[in-house]
Amino acid sequence: MPAMLAGSITEVARALRAKRYSCVELTQGLLDRIAQLNPALNAFITIDAERALADARAADAAFAAGNARPLTGIPIAHKDILASAAMRTTCGSKMLANYASPFDAHVADLLKRAGTVLVGKTNMDEFAMGSSSETSFFGPVRNPWNTAYVPGGSSGGSAAAVAARLICGGTGTDTGGSIRQPAALSGICGLKPTYGICSRYGLVAFASSLDQAGPFAQTAEDLALLLNAMAGHDPRDSTSLDRPAEDYARMLAGSRGARPLEGVRIGLPREYFGAGIDADVAAAIDTALGELRALGATTVDIALANVKLAIPVYYVIAPAEASSNLSRFDGVRYGHRASSYSDLDNMYEKTRAEGFGAEVKRRILVGTYVLSHGYYDAYYLKAQQVRRLIAGDFRRAYQSCDVIAGPTAPTAAFRIGAKADDPVEMYLNDIFTVAANLTGAPAMSIPCGFDRSGLPIGLQLQGDAFAEATLLDVAHRFQRATEWHQRAPTLAESTGSLPPEGTQ
Amino acid sequence: MKWEVVIGLETHAQLSTASKIFSGAPTAFGAAPNTQACAFDIALPGVLPVLNRGAVERAIRFGLAVGATINRKSVFARKNYFYPDLPKGYQISQYEIPIVQGGALTIATASGEKTVRLTRAHLEEDAGKSLHEGLHGMTGIDLNRAGTPLLEIVSEPDMRSAAEAVAYAKALHALVKWIGICDGNMQEGSFRCDANVSVRRSGESKLGTRCEIKNLNSFRFLEQAIEFEVRRQVELIEDGGSVVQETRLFDPDRHETRSMRSKEDAHDYRYFPDPDLPPLVLDAAWIERVAAELPELPEAMKTRFEREYALTAYDARVLTSSRELAAYFETVAATLAGSAKLAANWIMGELTAALHKASLDIADSPISAGQLAGLLKRIDDGTISGKIAKEVFDAMWEGAGGGAGHAAGGRTPTTATLSADAIIEERGLKQISDEGALERIVDEVLAANQGVVAEYRSGKEKAFNSLIGKAMQATRGKANPAQVNAILKKKLGA
Repeated sequence: MPAMLAGSITEVARALRAKRYSCVELTQGLLDRIAQLNPALNAFITIDAERALADARAADAAFAAGNARPLTGIPIAHKDILASAAMRTTCGSKMLANYASPFDAHVADLLKRAGTVLVGKTNMDEFAMGSSSETSFFGPVRNPWNTAYVPGGSSGGSAAAVAARLICGGTGTDTGGSIRQPAALSGICGLKPTYGICSRYGLVAFASSLDQAGPFAQTAEDLALLLNAMAGHDPRDSTSLDRPAEDYARMLAGSRGARPLEGVRIGLPREYFGAGIDADVAAAIDTALGELRALGATTVDIALANVKLAIPVYYVIAPAEASSNLSRFDGVRYGHRASSYSDLDNMYEKTRAEGFGAEVKRRILVGTYVLSHGYYDAYYLKAQQVRRLIAGDFRRAYQSCDVIAGPTAPTAAFRIGAKADDPVEMYLNDIFTVAANLTGAPAMSIPCGFDRSGLPIGLQLQGDAFAEATLLDVAHRFQRATEWHQRAPTLAESTGSLPPEGTQ
Repeated sequence: MKWEVVIGLETHAQLSTASKIFSGAPTAFGAAPNTQACAFDIALPGVLPVLNRGAVERAIRFGLAVGATINRKSVFARKNYFYPDLPKGYQISQYEIPIVQGGALTIATASGEKTVRLTRAHLEEDAGKSLHEGLHGMTGIDLNRAGTPLLEIVSEPDMRSAAEAVAYAKALHALVKWIGICDGNMQEGSFRCDANVSVRRSGESKLGTRCEIKNLNSFRFLEQAIEFEVRRQVELIEDGGSVVQETRLFDPDRHETRSMRSKEDAHDYRYFPDPDLPPLVLDAAWIERVAAELPELPEAMKTRFEREYALTAYDARVLTSSRELAAYFETVAATLAGSAKLAANWIMGELTAALHKASLDIADSPISAGQLAGLLKRIDDGTISGKIAKEVFDAMWEGAGGGAGHAAGGRTPTTATLSADAIIEERGLKQISDEGALERIVDEVLAANQGVVAEYRSGKEKAFNSLIGKAMQATRGKANPAQVNAILKKKLGA
């Protein structure tokens, strides 16, 4: 059996239903491909072949019994920040390197019930803190388009695995862009749903008011299928929204003629098209906007006066919440504990000094500082006030447009190590993505071109709360008219050491 | 130099919910360590809090009972600090906007009734426990208690003595039990107080520097701790020193407080709104429903008792010190139309003393309200004297206790709930009110005690009482004392 290439979920589901191959064959093929390519990509922290094959056999049985559902037999992987009872949940940290959760995250549970095949857990920035997937205790993830480059982060492992066609879809979490930015830098699709659409139960908290799980896939259509399975009210998460189930794929059927986006108003914030954006990125976005107009959409200029403050606001709120959320990693009950210590304080100090990496410590320090007595008003409270101003800007903007478009990140992928010593430079990579987390609104990234070095570029589409179906429709229409999403990295060239596709 | 003492209390009342405030784990006391701690209670990665509405409802009930404002919107915050028995590294509590604000409690003091104002009451979770015994120098952590719902009730600094602080704590303890939000079990830690104590020279308007004494879990410790602390602070100032703001612990063995941590060592708790819990928004209908279900409150009932039963304020307060006692009284009083004072005297006297001696609660009284009412009825209608009634009372008490009926020489009671009438009948305790019979008895007494009669006639008034006593003795206490008195007077020509 030759190593297989993971197709889109839609294609694979069709092939499985047509019995062109069995799910066990598919899964074994992908496991072989992972075995070949993962050493170079480091996309996975845990690969569980036995478990994947067991899921695959169950899927084949479902097909045989005639009760397969849209995602039955689809091989996926979870970002290793989503708890799973089947395999360890590390959060990319030494602190939890051997931590076994007794329960599944709600979204993981829903995807399991939907019949997916869980191949493994993907690598990530430690505790989701980063934009490059370099801060993992398990080593950096590499970009399948060029392994000298980062895949983006923090959900870089899932993004790289989908981009490298190791899996059909994956999960990520997005606190300030951690799904969209790696989707852009890895040349795939990623969606951050409206805050509260996907339960946070079992998502190890980084910044609770910003964290939201979402899907990665090759196409917008696939994202809709995954989101259909992942969304839904969960009484175990008090911020989970209790609203009627929605079919996120409902607008995707039919062709709607040559101008399917007729009537759709796309807002272009002047703040997203200014200085600091790579020329190739600007050109690709410009071309994509032209395509959207050709599909019938109109573009309108809008202003988001306070969005320039999104980064400073985010880097107050997110670390503040993180400093509190990460307090439970104290060595008392589970996880890493220093092997020797003199007293309680010394145990805390050594355990946390050893268990956390530099970026996590930096954010705990910042977060502790901004919440401290005497600084709370100037930092945390002020940041929350500005957060409301930013939300107001977006609310006003959506009176004149349906979707806001722009680049997902100011540049394509950067070299591993290029920004590792400059946290502020690294933080600026999130400049276009953090606003959606601050407002709670949905946003996604889809491939829209390549830069001069052949690295992918992402187009970000943002919408008002609960506008997922509209965003997916716009993305889907764009993908029916373009082929950026069909481009896959030729890994043999980029890695130099790997055999070409399907030669084994 | 005269000193004024200023005391405010912070009381933690454990709310009587079956499960914890943010998880589904049970709250029952005394289970083996860590058997009542679920994934949330031990703060596993990925768990989230879900608010227990039962705890919220109890907080509303309390707020309504003390006439406080129920905030329609309150906010849960995180209080961050590291301690091994605090699994999340923060305690979920209410900080800036508590669920209950204001309110007041009336207490009885030596100089009459007094109103103590409440600052606020807020919901929070309890921490776990650190265990040291039998662990060979190591520390164990028991998280059964972690997440137990607490209502922290904060008073204004309105109390002026340890006795007032105790009166407040007792009134609060009675109230939380009355409205059914807390079992009040102080041994199990269901009700514990922190006391903020300061002193100032009389007439001074500025408050002195306060010390907080933590975790006082009995009224006696509360009183002793405050008294010690007041002495300590006064001596300190009188010796030219000054009080340092700090947290102190009370040592019940040595009856003293000692420093736990100073203000400088105080934690910076870095409070901020808990992003895992949306603001708690209460709809008016819920508050109204809780209000409608609220029982008659002790203050209202006390006023009614004074009016309806013509009781003194003191009697009415004692009888409304618990819901069970008040209900007991009302049941007895209902059968004794017009003689509520008799019911009050017996319940507060004989019954309370017997219960106290046996360490029993009114709810577990061996003598039911119906039984006592039956007994008092016979005093009221003259069937038996008060003295005989005490004998019947004892027989009832023992009968209920399981059959020690031999003391009075009678037959062993056959049932555990003997009526007064049955005991009176069985033991022949019925009062002798037959005029002729009593006259014969008095004649016999006079004949047999001529010396005493002579003493009386020579002007010794006391001798008269001795003769009444002899007549009562002769009838084993059954003679109607008023009649004996009248007959004796008549015979002696007094």
